[in-house]
Amino acid sequence: MRGSSPRMTAKHRGESAYIGTMRPQDILLPVPAGLCCKPGGFHIDPVRPVERALITHGHSDHARAGHGAVLATQETLDMMRLRYGENFAGSTQAVAYGEEIRLGDVTVTFHPAGHVLGSAQISVTCKDTRIVASGDYKDARDPTCAPFELVPCDVFITEATFGLPVFRHGDAADEVKKLLASVKLFPERAHLVGAYSLGKAQRVIALLREAGYDAPIYLHGAMEKITYYYQERGIPLGELRPARGMKKAELAGTIALAPPSATSDVWTRRFPDPVTAFASGWMRVRARARQGGIELPLVISDHADWDGLTATIAATGAGEIWVTHGQEDALVHWCKSKGLAARPLDLVGYGDEDEGEPAAVTGEAEPTGEAQSAGETKKP
Amino acid sequence: MNRFAELLDRLAYEPGRNNKIKLLVAYFRETEDPDRGYALAALTGALSFKHAKPGLIRDLITERADPVLFGYSYDYVGDLSETVALMWPKSSSAHHNESFLGHPSPQPSPARGEGAQPLCSPHGDIEVTDAGEGRTGGWVPSPLAGEGEGEGYRERDASDDLLSRNDRDRRTHNNPPPPTLTDVVTTLRTLGKAELPAQLARWLDELDETGRWALLKLVTGAMRIGISARLAKTAAAALGEKDPHEIELMWPGLSPPYLDLFAWLEGRGDKPVNLDPTPFRPVMLAHAIEDSDFANLDAADFSAEWKWDGIRVQAVAGHDARGHVQARLYSRTGEDITGSFPDLVPSLHLPGAIDGELLVLRDGRVQTFNVLQQRLNRKVVSPKLIKEFPIHLRTYDLLGDGENDLRERPFTERRAHLEAFVARLNDPRIDLSPTVPFASWQELAAARADPKSAGAGDDADAVEGVMLKRRDAPYLPGRPKGPWWKWKRDPHIIDAVLMYAQRGHGKRSSYYSDYTFGVWTRGDAGDELVPVGKAYFGFTDEELLQIDRFVRRNTTEKFGPVRHVVHEPDQGLVLEVAFEGLQRSPRHKSGVAMRFPRISRLRWDKPPREADRLETLERMLISMTGS
Repeated sequence: MRGSSPRMTAKHRGESAYIGTMRPQDILLPVPAGLCCKPGGFHIDPVRPVERALITHGHSDHARAGHGAVLATQETLDMMRLRYGENFAGSTQAVAYGEEIRLGDVTVTFHPAGHVLGSAQISVTCKDTRIVASGDYKDARDPTCAPFELVPCDVFITEATFGLPVFRHGDAADEVKKLLASVKLFPERAHLVGAYSLGKAQRVIALLREAGYDAPIYLHGAMEKITYYYQERGIPLGELRPARGMKKAELAGTIALAPPSATSDVWTRRFPDPVTAFASGWMRVRARARQGGIELPLVISDHADWDGLTATIAATGAGEIWVTHGQEDALVHWCKSKGLAARPLDLVGYGDEDEGEPAAVTGEAEPTGEAQSAGETKKP
Repeated sequence: MNRFAELLDRLAYEPGRNNKIKLLVAYFRETEDPDRGYALAALTGALSFKHAKPGLIRDLITERADPVLFGYSYDYVGDLSETVALMWPKSSSAHHNESFLGHPSPQPSPARGEGAQPLCSPHGDIEVTDAGEGRTGGWVPSPLAGEGEGEGYRERDASDDLLSRNDRDRRTHNNPPPPTLTDVVTTLRTLGKAELPAQLARWLDELDETGRWALLKLVTGAMRIGISARLAKTAAAALGEKDPHEIELMWPGLSPPYLDLFAWLEGRGDKPVNLDPTPFRPVMLAHAIEDSDFANLDAADFSAEWKWDGIRVQAVAGHDARGHVQARLYSRTGEDITGSFPDLVPSLHLPGAIDGELLVLRDGRVQTFNVLQQRLNRKVVSPKLIKEFPIHLRTYDLLGDGENDLRERPFTERRAHLEAFVARLNDPRIDLSPTVPFASWQELAAARADPKSAGAGDDADAVEGVMLKRRDAPYLPGRPKGPWWKWKRDPHIIDAVLMYAQRGHGKRSSYYSDYTFGVWTRGDAGDELVPVGKAYFGFTDEELLQIDRFVRRNTTEKFGPVRHVVHEPDQGLVLEVAFEGLQRSPRHKSGVAMRFPRISRLRWDKPPREADRLETLERMLISMTGS
């Protein structure tokens, strides 16, 4: 299980390549702080403060504050600044997709991951060996970010959030049609769509606009800043309004977006008999939707589904696959059944964004002054 | 089938009754005959075919999927039909596992001249067909449905101009249109057992995820979607702005796919005539009487009788086309329950329609509801069951005597007919519910408080209270206010401690309105609370707000939608819980289960340590059931 598979060696590099002493784990190694590149002197998406960090995308479990130097796409840096303030890192450097950067003994390039705006896969090349750390990615269409780019490599590090064959996401446009049909059927109710504030919410809005929905869309306070940032970056989202301060009757027949946890909160009382929707890949499984008290599950995911994961893995041509956060076992099993060397990568500290986004991160104050505050934002 | 599946899917998540009706009406309006008729049949339980066994479904998937991956998936999803529906390969004939053919073309890496090539040609041997041409017509898209596409996953690229042509190729060509519900129902009716697996596999290939889920639920007979037959009929009535009672009346004479019913509902045809010799008549119900109501009522206007703690039924007999007497037993909602009580049928030998109570009698004594319950919802009614739980009909009213409809006649007249009818039947299984004589409300209150000495005798334990019926009132469907009142005996009451709270549904979805409560018992480490029931009504809106606030402020742990609320001897909320009865239940940790528990008062004044103990319930149980 060490090094590249024989097939890869023979096909792409000739027999001499494998004789070099550089094993993939000499280039990238999981350590408690995250994925560490010793020859390059950096970590990818570190969960603890490090000297030099390369960040794949702006979700808070991947992009944390307190590093010495941060290298990321402009959008990712902007998102970190929005969340953590100006001084979130000692220094920052923006990198364009495809731009080659030499760090120590390695060359790195960033490539679109199709996950959220500014998301990147990070390709690390050392001598003849290329490892691609994909971060979170999806191969499905998303009008709010650059499409996933396939980067041929020797070792592919894949996420496995939806690494079970039951997860097949279908076309997000159909899910939006489902939402609009429901809005039409229940004009006296509000439709409340739970969606992660960074990426998912904007994608849902963009899809609604593509489907011809041109009424104002209402936002929970926690997602205003990031959504306006998307607009600044030239992504057309139509007319957006804060849900704050609206009268109940005025919200009949409207669509509002909120962080998932807010849709089951006292916050919802301002809406007339709300239909609770949730845009997430997890909605494919009924028990998950039912647990959350969801009435209208929308299967819209920012992660690749099973078919996307397996197709991507195969298409990279990588002979060795490292599988991280999610359902590693099933995906590792699949890789092995296809003759690929594969192992789970024990990285900790990465979550699934749909699972636990605090709703009350920004001041969406409760008009009723309910006693809940801190206790509400914590997940069991 | 996909559209019906969308409907089932949405109904399964929708908690509100009116919203369910709205979804159903929209479906009936947008779906053509005969599909909507078969849907109505499926929802009312009027379809019959031999169900597929789960083993068959399991075999189908293990032939097509890696058993290890199936194992992981089944573990995660927890439901066989759903697992199979979700992981069914896109087309079992198209080599799914090698399908990265459809992936966007690799872009050669700038760092590497030759680049790595994908392991196989991106253009494989899949023929190119333009989106949408692969299917033939005959399918009208509805906004509720998945647009009648064969397979949700393929739709990913339908409106997608960013993905490469390769991706579009993934839309395999020559897909037959997915089966309609009519196709499925009519095929299943005649399909031989040996042909079932292949036919199911074909359908599964053609349907989308939701369609496959609904199909598997339908064929395995496990379609639990949280709506009653009554609700489906109410929705059908709403389509034509008709009274649901009209549909109930004609229902026994109708059969799937109900073309005549829908024609009438849409104003295109005459009202279907019920030729059924034993039709159901919509039931008349009573309002609960409040103390303040008596001031406006004259005791002389009313007749009283015992309210028996059994099952309200309508027993109907009539002559069929060949002149034979045919009998049917209906629940108060019009569901045919004859099959559960074959032992009563021979007793219904005279044409007529009786309103009465189903009871179990042993040695002439009425048994408690707990005993009667052993006879309910049985698929197989064994001779042993019939012998040990002998069924009995105690009659209240007569709606029809032979061909003679009595419903417009006053109660006193109907009662006279009933007495004569029961005498003519002359059957030990059918008797008359006696009237309770009284001259004033005080006298009736005394009888209600002590049925034993007021005529109910040894059967007093099975008396739930008294019924008041205006002597001059006709038999009116529904629950009209005024002619009939129920005056129940005071319920049983205990003080229990709130332990867990769960969010409600619909308008209450943002409130913690479902409460699990417990009483004290001796545990390994001293006294502990053991849950004895769950209640979600009985409190006022104001009290709901108070409890909700209490729950939010005193949550100690969360498990999904459930909150663990503080319940210590000196900290917590005591609820006064009223209930109708108790029975032993091995499924509850406490060993007892309550009937109709509801919150009758909030005891903010009472510390939890002073709440009742399990021993109190045990004593109540013994005095109620004698066991």
